[in-house]
Amino acid sequence: MNNIRVFFIGGFMAYRALFAWIHWSIYVPTMLGSPLFQILFFAYVGRFAGLQDDAFFVVGNAVQVACMAGIYGMAQTIGAERWTQTLSPLLATPANRFALFMGRALPNFANGLIVSTFGFLIGWVFLDFDPPLSSLPGLAACVLVSAASCTAFGMLIGSIGLRARDVMFLANLAYFLLLLFCGVNVPLDQLPEWMEAIGRSLPLTHGIEAAREVAGGAPLSAVDHLLWTEAAIGAVYAFGAYGLFRYFESAGRRRASLETI
Amino acid sequence: MKTGRLVWAGWKFHVKSLTLSGFFLLTSAIQPVIFASIAFFMFKAGAREGTLLYVSLGAGLMGIWSATLFASGGAIQWQRWQGTLELSIASPAPFLFVLLPMTLASATIGLYSLTGTLLWGRLLFGVPFEVAHPLLFLAAVPATVIGLGLLGLVMASTFILWRNANALSNLLEYPIWLVTGLLVPISLLPGWVAPLSWVLAPTWGVRAIRDAALGTGEPLAAIAMCLALGGAYLAIGSVTVRYFENLARDRATLSLT
Repeated sequence: MNNIRVFFIGGFMAYRALFAWIHWSIYVPTMLGSPLFQILFFAYVGRFAGLQDDAFFVVGNAVQVACMAGIYGMAQTIGAERWTQTLSPLLATPANRFALFMGRALPNFANGLIVSTFGFLIGWVFLDFDPPLSSLPGLAACVLVSAASCTAFGMLIGSIGLRARDVMFLANLAYFLLLLFCGVNVPLDQLPEWMEAIGRSLPLTHGIEAAREVAGGAPLSAVDHLLWTEAAIGAVYAFGAYGLFRYFESAGRRRASLETI
Repeated sequence: MKTGRLVWAGWKFHVKSLTLSGFFLLTSAIQPVIFASIAFFMFKAGAREGTLLYVSLGAGLMGIWSATLFASGGAIQWQRWQGTLELSIASPAPFLFVLLPMTLASATIGLYSLTGTLLWGRLLFGVPFEVAHPLLFLAAVPATVIGLGLLGLVMASTFILWRNANALSNLLEYPIWLVTGLLVPISLLPGWVAPLSWVLAPTWGVRAIRDAALGTGEPLAAIAMCLALGGAYLAIGSVTVRYFENLARDRATLSLT
């Protein structure tokens, strides 16, 4: 029972305290405004380049913007504990570490869903994106799985923030590299093989591929293998992140470096 | 003379400190190369492969804008966090000349992105770099930096009153890339965008640099527009800095964090 409280209430409180963009005056321009213009920008570049139709860019970017919450949010709600000097008191508590760590993911995951849904709405309102109504449940499933795997990737970044000096540098870099490697704006088969191979080991790639097929009218059953792969990649990152979190916790205790900033 | 020395010393100081900042290394060197790569792949895979130098120059300008935007947004905020804003404003020098070197320096370090994307394009994508009018190109680059730096001054001055100015920086990156035609010709955008683009220095900066490099259009006219807009921004900035500074003093909101 206590673990459930740590998971839900602890996660929510950490989000409210540490997610620096929670106030509407930051949330709206950063979490909604920026994705809006990202989608429009790449759709217009795509039109000029004569690469793909609007739907390609709307789906790719609308799924990818879930990372804003997943990566930046997790970097802040885990990595920022050191900056706010609350890491030592937190780790002095007997709270279950798994519940404590995973609980921080839930609000960021929910936030990712909101941002991604907003992205799809933008595409529908401003661009030539009009998926069949029947595809919406399938699209929702693709977004759910992709946002979860992004959040898991963000956990890894956040865990590194327990050691690294500048976690936001890493978060920014990761966000931009996902734009490049995951087939968000360039079809995966147009990338060099080594980039495609890296892309296939990152979150988002399979989720975006599945979402594009579903938006194009394919049934969910036709892309379930992609979604399972996306979920599996997310799970690997989540467990890797938890392992790093525990490692940095014990290393920080051993070296007395928990509060080194 | 004193003002010139202050601006020069401030510019040198801020160029050095921004160069050592990890965030600005990302914004002015790494991020533009990533965006340039995305654009190269998009244009190579699409039907416009012959435009790679066009893309390379546009991506370089994207980096100059990002550096200017984030440094201008942060110019006030970082001073607030460090507790130096009140000291800067209380110093005998007009605050305009304390702020101006910061925004000019941020546009200057954006040159890393132009250099980086051109080199990246040459080395990895085989983009030829043959400049049609080298002298005009050499004039277009500093004119663009000055134009963008002075636009940054106007932005930074309006951020004095706003607690979360850096959020506006997050918002304004993509729209300016789009409406100033850095990668997409303005003619492809809705008609109402064109008049908006005319009052933004990056529009003329990218036009000047591209026209000089590709041998198209009239680079000299674009350079003149960029500098004229810079002069207008300086005039607007000198008024807004004074006005918002006084307002912040009246409301005792200088140290808002």
